[in-house]
Amino acid sequence: MSVTNLGQTATTASTLTAASDRRAFLRMAGLAGAALAITGCSSNGSDILAPVSSGPSGAVVAPDGSITLDFSTDVDVLNYAYALEQLEAAFYVQVVANAAFGSVFPANEQRVLRDIRDHEIVHRDFLAAALGAGKIPNLTPAFGAIQFDNRTSVLQTARTFEDLGVSAYNGAARFLKSEVFLGLAGKIVSVEARHASAIRDLLNPRSGDFAPNAFDMGNTPQAVLTAADPFIVESITVINA
Amino acid sequence: MTKQTDAAGVFESIDPEITARLVSRRDAIARGATASGVVMAGLRIATVPAALAALSTSAFGQGRLPTAIIGVLNFALRLEYLESEFYNRGVAASGLIPAADRTIFTTIQSHENTHVDYFRTLLGSSARPKPTFDFTAGNGSGTGPFADVFTNYATFLAVSQAFEDTGVRAFKGQAATLLPYKDVLQAALSVHSVEARHAAEVRRLRGGFQDNEPNQGWVTLAQTDIPGTAAVYAGEATTLQGGVDVTTVTTVAAKEISEAFDEPLSMADVLAIVDPFIV
Repeated sequence: MSVTNLGQTATTASTLTAASDRRAFLRMAGLAGAALAITGCSSNGSDILAPVSSGPSGAVVAPDGSITLDFSTDVDVLNYAYALEQLEAAFYVQVVANAAFGSVFPANEQRVLRDIRDHEIVHRDFLAAALGAGKIPNLTPAFGAIQFDNRTSVLQTARTFEDLGVSAYNGAARFLKSEVFLGLAGKIVSVEARHASAIRDLLNPRSGDFAPNAFDMGNTPQAVLTAADPFIVESITVINA
Repeated sequence: MTKQTDAAGVFESIDPEITARLVSRRDAIARGATASGVVMAGLRIATVPAALAALSTSAFGQGRLPTAIIGVLNFALRLEYLESEFYNRGVAASGLIPAADRTIFTTIQSHENTHVDYFRTLLGSSARPKPTFDFTAGNGSGTGPFADVFTNYATFLAVSQAFEDTGVRAFKGQAATLLPYKDVLQAALSVHSVEARHAAEVRRLRGGFQDNEPNQGWVTLAQTDIPGTAAVYAGEATTLQGGVDVTTVTTVAAKEISEAFDEPLSMADVLAIVDPFIV
């Protein structure tokens, strides 16, 4: 699988997202009513795709692009996950696309990083499809501090993102009301933990670093967003959490 | 959902008398401490009694765990008993684990023993006793398909991978039941992702850390190179998530889509998988 262009993938995701898929998803989640409210629903059944401003998701996008997520809604807990997956996907796309990728990383590490890139793209595109018109806008990454042609810089950043992702899902699950959404978060978080384990082992092979603690602590959304903030242009705030 | 609502959700399920005793704790929560903060502070210290103090004694009271979660926690305890004894015996087996890999397994061993202590303490008098295990998967015969599990490193690794990947799916399958009990849910998830870290390490180790399929950190489709473990990976190939056919919303191939999601297993399916290991 080769995905080289982030924008292209995003476009594909949004244009190929079948409205029926989205409705099926939200119906499974017990949110059929919310789905109608989020997407609007014209008399012929086609979705009205309006820019996210405010609404049932609770997400508010200010004129300067800053985003406020309302954790009293499951949709915005998913938007929180979507924000983090956007960040991770953008990072790994840039890692693999870097001209030095093939020379900086040994073959096995290239396989690891390509796979993780694909997984994060899947997470991002899936969440975008699930959220439909309720999703927050595309975020702008701020990766200026990352040396993409430097193995250690890339792997250390990857470790930060993966550990952060695990702690984010573990900490956000308690805010979800839907068993379906909780189940989906559970399916994703263990894959993030697998990533974290692999990246940590690449940095410190055959040590105990792949799992530094007997428990992976859940972080509050506030703590996670503070850690993620240097890597995202738009400011993201969470309320009701 | 506010923190106070979280707390109320838990309290609704337990004896009013216990709830009354928790008033001071609710006050503390209202003053800014979060229920999860109390639990997590205990876990962060990594002392089981501290974590217990937060969850079992303070939140529920001795012997007053909601019935709905006792079964789930004993299920988790059963799996942790299995894993902890497996690693205790493996690490103790002379000549089994090469020196270069010992840190990996003493790390996992330590975690599984901590998990056992954790769930035992959480369950208190409701904790079920440790079963007798047969790690050859022989149901007590000692001559099952993994007969050389503690003398042949490759067999030991294969069983380790099967246990870890099963553990990930097992915890995932119980999340919905724990949904009303936010602190217990979060604690279970904090174990769940550690099992996934273990699984990834052992999977990669089995492939000499070359990260070739199927010895990558993640599960590709329902692939397994371990005979007799098809049930451990059954259903992992799906690309259908939450009613969405993910192949229609991304350009990534189905194989990598399957890797991107770990699937749950029901309690019954997990118990069937581990049954041959339990006498």
